[in-house]
Amino acid sequence: MNALKASPAAVFAHRHLLGIEGLLPEEITALLDLAEQAVEVSRQVEKKKSVLRGRTQINLFFEASTRTQSSFELAGKRLGADVMNMSVGSSSVKKGETLIDTAMTLNAMNPDILVVRHHAAGAVHLLAQKVGCSVINAGDGAHEHPTQALLDALTIRRHKGPIHDLTVAICGDILHSRVARSNIMLLNALGARVRCIGPSTLLPKGLDRLGVEIYTDMRRGLKDVDIVMMLRLQRERMDGSFVPSTREYFHFFGLDAEKLALAKPDALVMHPGPMNRGVEIDSAIADGPQSLIRDQVEMGVAVRMAVLEALAQNLPNG
Amino acid sequence: MNADRLNPTERPLVLENARVVDPSRDLDAPGSVIVANGLIVAAGPEADAAARPEGAEIVDCRGKVVMPGLIDMRVFVGEPGAEHRETFASAGQSAAAGGVTTMITMPDTDPVIDDVALVDYIARRTRDTTLVRVLPMAAITKGLKGREMTEFGLLREAGAVAFTDGRHSITNALVLRRALTYARDFGALVMHHAADPDLTGSGVMNEGETATRLGLSGIPREAEIIMLERDLRLAALTRGRYHAAQISCAESLEIIRRAKKAGLSVSCGVSATHLTLNELDIGPYRTFFRLSPPLRSEDDRQAMIEGIADGTIDVIVSSHDPQDVDTKRHPFAEAADGAVGLETLLAAALRLVNNGEATLSAVARALSTRPADLLGLPGGRLTEGAPADLILVDPAMPWICDGEKLRSRSKNTPFEGARFEGRVLRTIVAGRTVYEYAAD
Repeated sequence: MNALKASPAAVFAHRHLLGIEGLLPEEITALLDLAEQAVEVSRQVEKKKSVLRGRTQINLFFEASTRTQSSFELAGKRLGADVMNMSVGSSSVKKGETLIDTAMTLNAMNPDILVVRHHAAGAVHLLAQKVGCSVINAGDGAHEHPTQALLDALTIRRHKGPIHDLTVAICGDILHSRVARSNIMLLNALGARVRCIGPSTLLPKGLDRLGVEIYTDMRRGLKDVDIVMMLRLQRERMDGSFVPSTREYFHFFGLDAEKLALAKPDALVMHPGPMNRGVEIDSAIADGPQSLIRDQVEMGVAVRMAVLEALAQNLPNG
Repeated sequence: MNADRLNPTERPLVLENARVVDPSRDLDAPGSVIVANGLIVAAGPEADAAARPEGAEIVDCRGKVVMPGLIDMRVFVGEPGAEHRETFASAGQSAAAGGVTTMITMPDTDPVIDDVALVDYIARRTRDTTLVRVLPMAAITKGLKGREMTEFGLLREAGAVAFTDGRHSITNALVLRRALTYARDFGALVMHHAADPDLTGSGVMNEGETATRLGLSGIPREAEIIMLERDLRLAALTRGRYHAAQISCAESLEIIRRAKKAGLSVSCGVSATHLTLNELDIGPYRTFFRLSPPLRSEDDRQAMIEGIADGTIDVIVSSHDPQDVDTKRHPFAEAADGAVGLETLLAAALRLVNNGEATLSAVARALSTRPADLLGLPGGRLTEGAPADLILVDPAMPWICDGEKLRSRSKNTPFEGARFEGRVLRTIVAGRTVYEYAAD
């Protein structure tokens, strides 16, 4: 371990990263600080570190994901890990193999770190109880997606400075969004003011108890905010009619220049991707000067490197 | 029918120096209980002076409680169809250890209990294999499909004690109306699981802050309340005998209270689990706490306790529902509902007594006398001539629930590691001892 820099393990003493809920503000800050260093590493020609040399990282994705999986893969490789990607589509599930069976099979391969995405909330917790290695939640159902919230925070911090003075609006399909939940937890932990904006059918019951202000009128909700965080309208998750049409949705909740003008003049726009252009966000905004969407992707790799590094220092013999 | 089975060969039994609790006559007093031929000869203070039968086994109860054996109105068994989860034999052992002397079984089996031959099958199958009495409820509708009525009259003659579609709710109001009307001709009770499947949707736990934090879809209270309101309108329309299998919300209690005040033949149950746990016990996605109806908030739980204390809620059930790893070791949203409960039913219900929230008589009534009355059974009481189904209980004995030691084939208890006070020392069915407590 590098004795010269502050040990993140001393601050981040967890075996797994299952969610933002339960993390202390100083733990979050430590991860963000570590990620800043990773940004520098990633911008060098020589991008490799060796903290994970000899370690095995398995990316276990029960749900298809291009950007999160490749981001974790790159992060692991830049830290020197052997990375294996496993996309467990519906095939094993159809054959009757349960999540636990899959976990036990993988466990027998002695991985050090398991990165898991699953369509059911709590699935990653269940896995973490059954395997012997560190587990990172790469998104579980509508529960949490902690590395997304961390990369969003890093992106905000690099452009706006300390998060505690900011007002952040999270807009759209809050009900089905794990990104929203993780961001609400994280932004609240760091002292930001959080607003949630969406049609009532896409706002979960009890959301007001999570320390957010709720708006169903986007124009009012965007007033004077520093950050506009758009969410993907998760049409594939919808088992009922939550909004009547994408046309109506875009009219009231799609981010266009007119609505964005209501936010602070220097407000910045974020989106976890993949975007539905013309449904929740206008193309001109997504590609415009206020957009941080491409920065988010870069920060994604850095944050995942930071998380991997922090957990690696808590691994046995680490 | 095994409800009437006599035991002329069994040695007579005298339980002396007991605290005799018989809710059927508001009795909670020191006394004795005398049993012969599988029936109660005398019970209470008056039995102290009564003649002891010749050759009787005399038991000194040392002041411990003797009360009627429990009649559990909601027991799911895996037989026929899912014997790997539970058989009548294993459920019977679990029941005996929990002080349950009569299991009222649900028709949700494979095949569904919707035919006379299957009611016969249960009677034959349980006669020799099961330690306690088993009385089946038959399906209201064929195949539990919510459409065609089953043969209420013939099923009743075969031994079905009431009618229910088990876990299923009947969404078609006309079907339930006809069932309530037709059942009235036979004096039969119709027990319904009031949960609107459309409002329940993909919900897996109580709707609200906790579900939102966990990222799980919620089941609104209205799924129960709206269905219950509808059902009670139908009960008023038909004047049939309606029983809500399990209520879970404070507002449901108000609805039942109002219906009873209006003079309807309406009754309801609550599970011991809903009396003792709330939604926060789910913790980190523990699937053994996934139930239907779902565990609700602490306010709802408090209301359920109040309902037992004031008698608005008629019966306490275990809602014993054995589930195995194949249905429970999944992410919360993909796991099956249900928890085992026969062995913890009494201990969980006694928490109300030990916390001073309800009297022992009130709890015992909801566990024995009321279910017997609702189903027209002769048990559930300690009176002369009643079947000798009774239990000896130490209401203060502390113990810790160890799931692995449960006699049920399935170990899906939400009470793993829970501390209880109150243990069954002896269970007697038709005068025969079927369980005796032995220290581990």
